[in-house]
Amino acid sequence: MISSRDAFRAILAKDLRIELRTMRSLPAMALFAVTVFVLFHFALNTANPDSDVAAGILLVTVLFAAILAINRLFLSEREEGGFELIRLAPIDRSVLFAAKFAALFIYLAVLEAIAVPVFAAFFLDSGRGLVATVGVLLMLNAGLAATGTLVSSIATNSSARDLLTPLILLPMLIPLVIAASSLVSGALDVLPADKPGTWLAVLGLYDSIFILIGYAVFDFLLED
Amino acid sequence: MQETGVTTGAIELRDLRREFGERVALRDVSLTLARGETLAVLGPNGAGKTTLLRILAALLRPTGGTAVVLGSELPKASWALRGKVGWLGHDPLLYRDLTASENLRFAARLNGLDSEAAGRRIESLLEAVGLSRRGDDRIRDFSAGMVQRTAICRAVLHEPELLLLDEPYSHLDAEARTLVEPLIGAGAKATRVVVSHEAESASAADQVLRLDPTGRPAELAAA
Repeated sequence: MISSRDAFRAILAKDLRIELRTMRSLPAMALFAVTVFVLFHFALNTANPDSDVAAGILLVTVLFAAILAINRLFLSEREEGGFELIRLAPIDRSVLFAAKFAALFIYLAVLEAIAVPVFAAFFLDSGRGLVATVGVLLMLNAGLAATGTLVSSIATNSSARDLLTPLILLPMLIPLVIAASSLVSGALDVLPADKPGTWLAVLGLYDSIFILIGYAVFDFLLED
Repeated sequence: MQETGVTTGAIELRDLRREFGERVALRDVSLTLARGETLAVLGPNGAGKTTLLRILAALLRPTGGTAVVLGSELPKASWALRGKVGWLGHDPLLYRDLTASENLRFAARLNGLDSEAAGRRIESLLEAVGLSRRGDDRIRDFSAGMVQRTAICRAVLHEPELLLLDEPYSHLDAEARTLVEPLIGAGAKATRVVVSHEAESASAADQVLRLDPTGRPAELAAA
């Protein structure tokens, strides 16, 4: 057996190289997020919505933009035989889950590096709470990457995967959205957040559970 | 390691069967192939040739019978087979947006080849198949024949004990066939299973298995 670390690095490096070369996911995600912010800006007709609304705009936009990447996450594996390559190699197959999780996490972080400043320019009158918001987004990314990788691997062999992914994924993300929006709303508000410790614990627990589930069941998802 | 310990053969199949729902793709296949030998599998489209090959590679579970490949009983000990098989199927298993060298380096890393040794091996393989000047070109810019030659390099890169070859000469002209022959032809050191439509591929085989259109062996004979 090859060490899982070597295999992880090989798969992640391959995915990032292909993304940098083809720009298949990141530009679409960023463009989508910016477009949604522009639409909300004009639809709400205010430059300073209250913190609950602002948190909702940011999180829902990130979730929908993430689906663009999640739909494409296993595209090269499905269309170019990557699944078989992994199944034939003397490696722990769960490494593929870990590498895809890491790739999706990186895509989300890059998306947010572009989207958060645009969001702040459109909807915030100061930079207050932005650092805390970025922290919450990073925790959101872990849960989103774990569930997204899991759902994408299930949906990728279906011809209806573009529909299947959001239909399965979005309901699974409700606990994540509730916890993250409470924390982001609290961070952006002038008043302190209500029970931030509880919501942080919910986020942490959600992330841990889905990372563990994904790693544990992924081997079986690759079987014929 | 889950090995039977009762065989020194490369492949032992007993009443092997594979169903896809109601449809039986392969039935009652029994044979023994010694290490270093070549088995040619012939038959019309849909006879189950590729299904047999996928079972031997542990990419597909048999639904009946037993299969022991390189001492590993499938599917129980399929993990023990990984890294010992060189697979050349209908899909080249190459990423179109990576170059030929990058694809081979990726396959080498997955199979645990040391970076320096892999570099040398990749260079020599590309040279052998006449692609040394195209190693830095993306697969999407290759012709079908060049893709097939790169896929052959990928299949033999880790010097597998067993080569499973599905129509290995498709897309290759006479010159390219000559180039790849030392890698996957009768001179290759590995045990080989070669699936083909062409009866001529049986001439270099030690055994020939002909499947009828229902997936049943019509004939198993020494060549």
